[in-house]
Amino acid sequence: MQEAMKARAKELLQSGEVSRVLGWRRGEFAYDVTPAFFEDEAALEADFVYDAFCGANLSKYLIRTGRMEGRTLVFLKPCDTYSYNQLVKEHRVQPEKVYVIALACNGMADVEKIRAAGFDGPVGITEQGDDFVVQTLYDAAPLPREKALAERCLTCKSRLPVAGDETLGQPQGAGPLDRFAGVEALENSTAEERYEFWRGELSRCIRCNACRNVCPACSCEQCVFDNKKSGVANTAPADPFEENLFHIIRAFHVAGRCTDCGECSRVCPQHIPLHLLNRKFIKDINELYGPYQAGADTESRAPLTNFTEQDCEPGIVHERGVK
Amino acid sequence: MKRIAKDRLSQLFDRWSQGRPLYLPVSTPAGAELKPYQAGVTYCEALNTNRSAKDFFFPQTENMMDFKVEGKTIEVKEPVRPEEDFVLFGVRACDARSFELLDRVFLTDPVDSYYKARREHGVVVTVSCRRPAETCFCTAFGIDPAAPGGDLACWPEDDFLYFTPNTPAGEALLQSAADLLEEADEQQPEAGKQALRERLQKLPIRDLPLSSFSEDKLLELFNSEKWGPLAESCLGCGTCTFVCPTCQCYDIQDYDTGHGVRRFRCWDSCMYSEFTRCAHGNPRLTQKERFRQRFMHKLVYYPANNEGLFSCVGCGRCLAKCPVSMNIVKVAKALGGEES
Ligand code: SF4
Ligand code: SF4
Ligand code: SF4
Ligand code: SF4
Repeated sequence: MQEAMKARAKELLQSGEVSRVLGWRRGEFAYDVTPAFFEDEAALEADFVYDAFCGANLSKYLIRTGRMEGRTLVFLKPCDTYSYNQLVKEHRVQPEKVYVIALACNGMADVEKIRAAGFDGPVGITEQGDDFVVQTLYDAAPLPREKALAERCLTCKSRLPVAGDETLGQPQGAGPLDRFAGVEALENSTAEERYEFWRGELSRCIRCNACRNVCPACSCEQCVFDNKKSGVANTAPADPFEENLFHIIRAFHVAGRCTDCGECSRVCPQHIPLHLLNRKFIKDINELYGPYQAGADTESRAPLTNFTEQDCEPGIVHERGVK
Repeated sequence: MKRIAKDRLSQLFDRWSQGRPLYLPVSTPAGAELKPYQAGVTYCEALNTNRSAKDFFFPQTENMMDFKVEGKTIEVKEPVRPEEDFVLFGVRACDARSFELLDRVFLTDPVDSYYKARREHGVVVTVSCRRPAETCFCTAFGIDPAAPGGDLACWPEDDFLYFTPNTPAGEALLQSAADLLEEADEQQPEAGKQALRERLQKLPIRDLPLSSFSEDKLLELFNSEKWGPLAESCLGCGTCTFVCPTCQCYDIQDYDTGHGVRRFRCWDSCMYSEFTRCAHGNPRLTQKERFRQRFMHKLVYYPANNEGLFSCVGCGRCLAKCPVSMNIVKVAKALGGEES
């Protein structure tokens, strides 16, 4: 895949169709790849990488490239194409400034899971057939693919891209696990248990803002939490409940726009399962307004910014009650 | 040198936690974290805690005073000073060095009385690393994980922990558990230490081209064209600064409590867009300038003011945690050349 991508990128740069390539640059080890721009063939040849550690979603960078000269070639995994569509729908990204190559994907690895599987000091990781071989500072051993896959890839809604000027590879399938199982488990617990669960999880937050800054749905030029004039800005909470509010407000703000790309949970240094919060909103929207997937297209009206006579009444909150 | 069998560790922890809290690494969903010891809590030997140990001396938020407003009177309340004794067990050599770097900032004039109080009341017990991670590069800064700092250093070998006091406070802590410890031969841990030092020699990022970062090259480094590409994918989050044991910037903010104001200080990050905002605007206009600040501070400004000491201890947290995997190692290699 990597070679095919490089070859296409070179062609498009050469023909002048695109002015730069947005992809991933190799790092010190196998897993620490960095989103990067490539301006010419030499740069592509030197550092361009595509492998199971290119989990970072590149779509949000397209807000910035919209202000640059010319078109930008971007490589998007199937889940990233949803984010891209959503950004186009919200007029944050101009499609005429972008050339999208969608990629077939069968899941990205999570180095934290590899570490948790007992691999101390992973430095090299190679794909062997469907599985991985992990080279550590101390030895090497195989690891079955599903043991290394990120949670969001195991619960991937669909591995079929929804955008793209062209597609590389043969996209197919979805993640093997149900993405709402975790939400259902929480729904079936009592209100007190849920409260305790979230207070516990969110108490670990160090308010680094990585979840917000990586989120393609969080695309405000200035976040209300950074705006000193808003009255709610804070670098750190003065009391712990304020911290929880940051997450609740953010979840409400991205409700109906969150595509479930999973970036927030990926980047959280404190391993807070933020996806559960967002998936609860997605599940509720599906149940109350009919099935809807943010980012599936660029035209349709979203349930929360639309009105139909079939919409649920506000009283639904009481009807569904508190368990 | 004294030692204790690992299966008797809980007795040692019971002793050391008498009348004061003892914090030690325990396993949590976020990885190892320093938590208060109580009966039943088990010590986690994972390499480094998820968050650094600096929290205990320089916490993320700290109340400085409360203003209580009633009608036309304002009452100023000082919070309780952090004057509780505590023991910090299981600190690694890198984090132990970070305290020395923070001391140079907070204990020089004007002395930070909050930090000072915490330093005076905390006893630090360090533990040597046996299997360093691929992200470790403490040796680049002259740190020897086989002989960590802190008040009391501890070496794990087979079924025992071996203790060597570094300071009177460490000696006193050891004395307080004298009846639980047995005398040990100084030579016992030597083979293990040798093996560790050999392992350290093989770490992939142990050498960094640090000689290029000197005060006389300040402007050249500052104006380097490499900052643009290095910073291009940075999200401007605060992850690297908040997990870093040596980052030391803070802000003082007021919180409206409804019936007054709470003035607190909290960690701040030079990566944030609001960090240098002042009346006329923001001199660091883009993420490039903010990003440059973090690394120039660690590699050039701090050493220029502190006899060449770099303000990084090679703990590797920013390598493991940055959402876009951009970090001090990549910056040092790009700017310092690959000469090493
Ligand atoms: S909230 Fe999380 S899952 Fe949803 S779009 Fe933002 S980063 Fe992706
Ligand atoms: S990424 Fe995690 S720790 Fe950072 S602000 Fe978000 S939830 Fe908190
Ligand atoms: S270098 Fe990484 S961790 Fe630091 S601010 Fe940038 S994206 Fe966040
Ligand atoms: S800059 Fe990174 S490696 Fe250095 S001390 Fe800070 S977190 Fe650790």
